[in-house]
Formats: sequence, C-alpha cells, structure tokens
Amino acid sequence: MTTLDPVRFVAKNMRLDLELIARTIAPGSRVLDIGCGDGALIEKLFHEKGCDARGIEIDMAEVTQAVAHGLPVMHGDADVDLAHYPDAAFDYVVLSRTLQAVEQPRSVLRQMLRIGTRAVVSFPNFGHWLVRWQLLSTGRMPMTTTWSRPWHETPNIHPCTIRDFFDLCANEGYVVETWMAIDDAGGRAPWRRFPRLANLFGEQGLFVLRRA
Amino acid sequence: MDQPLPLAEIAHSHLTFVEGFALDCGVTLPALTVAFRTYGTLNSERSNAVLVCHALTGDQYVAEISPVTGKGGWWDLVIGPGRPIDTDRFFVICANVLGGCMGSTGARSPKDDGSGDRWGTDFPPVTIRDMVRAQKRLIDHLGITRLFAVLGGSMGGMQVLQWAASYPECVFAALPIATAAYHSAQNIAFHEVGRQAIFADPHWNNGQYWRDGLIPARGLAVARMCAHITYLSEEALTRKFGRRLQNAPKDAGEVMSLFGEMFEVESYLRHQGSTFVQRFDANAYLTITRACDFFDLAADYDGDLANAFRGTRTRFLLASFSSDWLYPTAASRSIARALNRAGANVSFVEFPTDKGHDAFLLDEPDFHRTLAGFVRGCAMHAGLPG
Repeated sequence: MTTLDPVRFVAKNMRLDLELIARTIAPGSRVLDIGCGDGALIEKLFHEKGCDARGIEIDMAEVTQAVAHGLPVMHGDADVDLAHYPDAAFDYVVLSRTLQAVEQPRSVLRQMLRIGTRAVVSFPNFGHWLVRWQLLSTGRMPMTTTWSRPWHETPNIHPCTIRDFFDLCANEGYVVETWMAIDDAGGRAPWRRFPRLANLFGEQGLFVLRRA
Repeated sequence: MDQPLPLAEIAHSHLTFVEGFALDCGVTLPALTVAFRTYGTLNSERSNAVLVCHALTGDQYVAEISPVTGKGGWWDLVIGPGRPIDTDRFFVICANVLGGCMGSTGARSPKDDGSGDRWGTDFPPVTIRDMVRAQKRLIDHLGITRLFAVLGGSMGGMQVLQWAASYPECVFAALPIATAAYHSAQNIAFHEVGRQAIFADPHWNNGQYWRDGLIPARGLAVARMCAHITYLSEEALTRKFGRRLQNAPKDAGEVMSLFGEMFEVESYLRHQGSTFVQRFDANAYLTITRACDFFDLAADYDGDLANAFRGTRTRFLLASFSSDWLYPTAASRSIARALNRAGANVSFVEFPTDKGHDAFLLDEPDFHRTLAGFVRGCAMHAGLPG
C-alpha cells in the first residue's frame, strides 16, 4: 500500500483569509493554528500582535519549511494530536480551511473548545450558488476553483454549508460570537443579517465560537 | 586480527573538581575530571553558550580534528563558522561524558586510592543524569547561568532531555535529535549482544585487560559491528553494498569463503570494527551502554514524561529521521506529545532519508536548514544580538 501525500485545500486568497482571521484575535493571546501550513498566520500573529502562536501541520514539507523559518510548528494530525494538549492551554485555536478535510469534524471542534477558550473556524461553503447550480444543471459533482478536484481525489471529505455549520454549533451547544461570509474576492460579504443569502453567495464561512 | 595497541594516553584539555561527586548509584567519586573543548567566544553577558552532548562513542572533538583518529570533527557539518550552530555567533562547549574514555573520569581513570590502579570494571555504574550533573559542574564553573541551547543526537539527545528536565531554568532551547526518552527492550537487547561479545574475548581478563597490555579487540569489534548495523537502514545497506562480492583477504583463516570471495558488507563491517577498537575502551563501552539502557526519564517522574517538563519555558525542537529504526520517529513523537501535555513550546519534524539513525551525523541539508532556522528563531526570542 502506498501512502498518498496529504493534499491541502487550496484557498483562493489565502492572504485575505489569514488577514480576516488575524483580525479576530486579540493581541498577546496564546494561539494554536491547526493545519498551519508554512506558518504564515503564526508569523503574522507573532510580529503584528505579539501572540505566543504555535502550529500543527500534517504535511511534513510544510512543517520543515515553517521550522526552518524559525516558527514553532510540529508535525501532527488534527484528528489525533489535539487530545494531547491540556485543557484551556490556548486563548484561540484556529482551524483555517481544514475542517472539511478532517476525519471527525465534530470531535475536532470539541477538542478545539476543550484546549482553547475560543475556536476560530473557516471553511469553504458548499452552499455557494455556483456549486448548487453545477450539481443541479449537470447532475455531476461540482468542479469550481474552490472545489477543484474530482470527487475521488479530493481530501475534502466533509464539505458543509454555512447553514449546516450553524446547525452543528446549535446541536453542540457552542456560542457563535461572530461570523461572516467571505465573497469570491476574499473580502467580507455584506450578508451579516441574512444567513440564507450568505449561504448562497459566501465562498467561505468564518466563525468565532466559544463554549456556552 | 592483529592485536591492536591499547588506546593511546593523550592529554585532553580538562578541569578537575576535587570535591566529591555523588552518583545516582550511591557511590561518591573522590574527584571528577571533565575533559572538554570549546569553540567561539563567550559574550560579556554569557548568554550565547551552546552545549553539545555527544553520542555513545562520540567525544568532545565535535568541530576539530580528533587527536586520536586524526579525522575531522564528528559534527563539522553542524558546528562551525557559518554552520547551523555558528561559532562566529555562539560559544560552543562539548564535554566527554562521565564514564567515557577521552579524558573524563571513567573506567580508565586512576582510582585515586593510592594504589595507582585504574578503576576498570570497579568503576561504578553511571546514569545519563550523572553525565548531565557532571556537565552542569563544568557549566557552573564557566560562570554560565543559562545555556542558550543544549543539543545532541542519540545518547546526546537523552542528555538534552535530562538537562531540560533537571535544569529547566538553565536551558533556553533544547534540541533532542534522533533519540528516545527511554531505552526499549530491543535497544537493550542489541547492547547486551555487544557486551557479551566483549566478555567472550580471550583477552577480556575480567576487565583487567590493560595489565597485560592487551585489549579485548575482537569482542569490542564485534560489539561495534553489531551496533553499527542498528545505525544504518536496510535500504542504505542495500544501496551501498547489495549482494556484491569482493576478494577475501589472503590471510583469511577466519573467512567463510567460497571461491575466495566475501561480501562487501562483511568487509565493511570488519573495517568498522577494527577502526573502532583503536579509538575506544571496552570498559567505557560497557559503562556507557549500561547508562543508556537504564535511561527512562518518565520513571523519575511518576511514570508520566509530561511531569518531567511541567511549567517549562524551554523551546524544544524534536527531530527524527524516517529510516531510523534504532530511535524511530514514534519515539520522538511520544516525547513531542508529552511536551504538548506539559504545555511546552515544541517543534517536531521528521526528515525523509534512507540513511537510518546515522543520518543525524551526515549531510542532510533539510535537517541542517531546519536546525539553523530554529536556532535563529530562538535567538530572536532570547533577545540575543544578531
């Protein structure tokens, strides 16, 4: 059996995604970034906000890149390694565009809110109009710039919509402190008061959660 | 094999502490000698010191020609001007371990009881913690209150872990490389084969071999051959030797030769064995392998490795190599997880290589780039002047 290289979800506009996430985090916080890639967010949080930011990443080449850049990153898997952190070790635990690729999203979220006071979660929205339209009009799995791999190759095994995520938070008893939909350009989309519209036009969702 | 000469008596630079040195086993050594080398310059704040801990058969000549073998330093690729541990920036210290045979107190040292005898097999068993305590004496003597970094691979990595556990305030950054927090049954088993080979040597003479001017060369060479296999990977052996044959030596009474040929890998291992006995002492080999075997850091902390590091502010880099089956990645990962449980700042990388355990000593550019970057990041956090 050959092990496949982990395939990362490629954000259309990673810099803006990280910029929006960084804005939700208070200066001087302790932060764990799960699926931190080459550590861009960690570096940003350290330099711009004086945070004690650390990362976990599953792709070894990215880990090497991050550590060689002087950033505290360890090789690890969100599905198994979060269990090894103590309760309330961090102020924020960030999961940027990775939720849809983990084996057990519900348990990962639960772990995030065990080891952190707040969870910052961003994910690509499967409810976006283009995805819906493609499925409806062609009867085939959507292929967009965001969902860019064929169904049998994609690492994104747990796609969800913004409305689905609201439901999950309600079921699990998490408080949604803030949320936003982000449009195709990576900017904040103006549907704050209309989740159904956000779910149609938002390319991704960004949520800040805490325990009830 | 010709009977080689006993290990030469060479003057190693050293310090001797005349107050007694209490060991974990309960014995107090009357005096402690620590042989060591330094590279670079200690700054006026004494904040740029880096301690390198050597492996089982390593020594203090980490970045210069060894007076025993005449070969370059064993970690020339890592320590030196412009290297990942840049001696233009850092003051690097490396000491021969307690129990070693390169000038520090060990089985070859005089007993100090007036008899003029050596310790030999009477030398008390030492632990990794004893080795670290001996290094601490040296560091204290040098007036260094906090080491910027402690690093080492293999048994050196065990010392790094012990340093971080015993003296957390003295270690800003810890780099345990290709190591484990305890010796597994398999690790102990391989060491035991080596020790038995030494005991079985006709010149062993109950450990008093020096009295006849002899050394248990055959046994020590076999011990090295056995250990050397564990430092390599199957892939690396196949790549280097495969099943290739070469002509057997003419005096080959001991060669199981068919058509006057032997496998290249046999010849290679014999060479490894015969060069080793010219630079290492059999009793020291016994002392140090025993120290490794008894290493189990968690055992000193109620069986939970995380307890060894609770509240630590040390920054850790754990590094392992994919084909290392002596101290495999799983061993490093379990240390990383214990550090997570302790809330420590930990980086952890595995490097893909087919070179096995020895990779930490070899030319591995990604590993060296990562070391350099980690050290640079730590220096920034420590506020060391660039």
